[in-house]
Amino acid sequence: MTLSGAEWVALMLSLRVATTATACALPMALWVAWILARKSFWGKGLLNAAVHLPLVLPPVVTGYLLLIGFGRNGPLGQILDDWFGITFAFRWTGAALAAGIMGFPLMVRAIRLAIEAVDPKLEEAAATLGASRSSVFLRVTLPLIVPGVLAGAIMGFAKAIGEFGATITFVANIPGQTQTLPSAIYAFLQVPGEENAAFRLVVLALVVALGAVIVSEWLARRVARRIAGRDA
Amino acid sequence: MLKVHVQHQLGDFQLDATFEAGPGVTALFGRSGTGKTTLVNAVAGLLTPRTGHITLNGKTLLDTQAGLNVPAHQRQMGYVFQDGRLFPHLTVVQNLNFGSRYANVPLPQKDQDQLVELLGIRDLLARRPAALSGGEKQRVALGRALFAAPKVLLMDEPLAALDVPRKEEILPYLEQLRDAPGEPVPILYVSHAVDEIARLADDIVLLKDGQIASSGNAFEVLSDPAVVPLLGVREAGALINARVVDHAKDGLSTLKTSAGSLELPGVRAEIGEGIRLRVLAQDVILSRARPEGLSSVNILPVSVISIRSGDGPGAAIALQSGADRLLARITLRAVEELDLQPGTACYAIIKATTVARGSIGRGIGQS
Repeated sequence: MTLSGAEWVALMLSLRVATTATACALPMALWVAWILARKSFWGKGLLNAAVHLPLVLPPVVTGYLLLIGFGRNGPLGQILDDWFGITFAFRWTGAALAAGIMGFPLMVRAIRLAIEAVDPKLEEAAATLGASRSSVFLRVTLPLIVPGVLAGAIMGFAKAIGEFGATITFVANIPGQTQTLPSAIYAFLQVPGEENAAFRLVVLALVVALGAVIVSEWLARRVARRIAGRDA
Repeated sequence: MLKVHVQHQLGDFQLDATFEAGPGVTALFGRSGTGKTTLVNAVAGLLTPRTGHITLNGKTLLDTQAGLNVPAHQRQMGYVFQDGRLFPHLTVVQNLNFGSRYANVPLPQKDQDQLVELLGIRDLLARRPAALSGGEKQRVALGRALFAAPKVLLMDEPLAALDVPRKEEILPYLEQLRDAPGEPVPILYVSHAVDEIARLADDIVLLKDGQIASSGNAFEVLSDPAVVPLLGVREAGALINARVVDHAKDGLSTLKTSAGSLELPGVRAEIGEGIRLRVLAQDVILSRARPEGLSSVNILPVSVISIRSGDGPGAAIALQSGADRLLARITLRAVEELDLQPGTACYAIIKATTVARGSIGRGIGQS
């Protein structure tokens, strides 16, 4: 199975978008997951709902909200453009933003479950040994949840690869710029005679998604084993 | 010196305790639900009481009125938990060294080696906690706390989750730790097991329903008739000092106490060594005349100090036995028949087999 130039471009763009989205969203997901798992505060339910919103909203709605907020004339879009020179509208960065936001709830869920499985008593014990809160997180909590974090990252990555609705609404479908794998499949399906190209990309998408789910399941099982202490 | 004053409300339960813990082992004793763990967690900084004032060697750790609360990780207190709480992702040696980097004055390498030797964990260093037995885990947990060079060692029922052989595996280490030369770390030892306390404690703080019912030197507290209901009539018993004089071939050892000799089985100390004996109150029989023709040879001349009767038919009698004190529990009827009054001279008969093996601890000479 060989890929044509356009297909190859779409695949590479998808990988770049998904990698960027995952890398940027992961630290924030870790932080939010920790807050949701370990802290109690007023408005926690609200934060939890907001985090899960992209999961339940129609992707078109998420894309439209991004367009309003981060578009060229959107308030956040203007500020970011003026101050940092970051433009989202109709750029691959916009595709990454959309993909990151859509994958965020999946990352938070996986990481939060892993953190909740860590006995807070271990963190207390670390504190009595002199470790500050950040040291406790880095030396006890984080090592114990690494598999959960990886699982979350992989789910987020797979979601980013497959993200379509919000992306196409927010940054359209520009080959080489915002045309990711799903957008390319959609575009090929619009043109008679391009079903073969579409099919090749479908197979590719299947392989990536399936691989991600399998690896993430395997890592999730390791979390449980690691915390039970049966495994390195 | 650790000085603690803590008031805390947990649901209907009111904790209000003030005590001091000096050098040696201070035992915090109470039945389940009397607030022992809450109190220790407040000392460690894992729990902030409603009001409280805690100082360690003159340094204030908690003063709720002044809004001062030193966080747990800056209190320099070692904590050995009932459930070990070893880090599952680290090996034994990594667990031991976890706190070393935070210590102001790290434990010297020589002391670390000595501790590993003392605790008998040299062969375990490369293992992970999951591959350790319960007793081994607690030994490592003890080592981990001490590697951080704490100013005080807090132990919350460290042996409660272990069976008797595993307890016997650890108690000697605790005794060695207590009797170590130099300046041993003061230990605050929480337990609801009287035998552990009788064996380890220099001082005892008795908690009842969140209040301190009695506190002081272990020998004095345990020989106080008033504590009998707190310890339970079967568990109450005084401590006496004894010195090993001889081990006979038949397994009996001759021990010298300030009031006379005793012959007991199962004494594992060297000849000449001082030990502490726990004599259960219910195993002491009183007689006005020196008994003749008894199978027991352990008879000590004593005099009655005080008599305390409770709600039931029994009475607790405090006895002076040479320089030591004994506690006897007999019926009120017997008190009347023997006409016991404070000052009455009589004889205490201690059955040789009733001094439990586990309660024969090596004590430091406190007479």
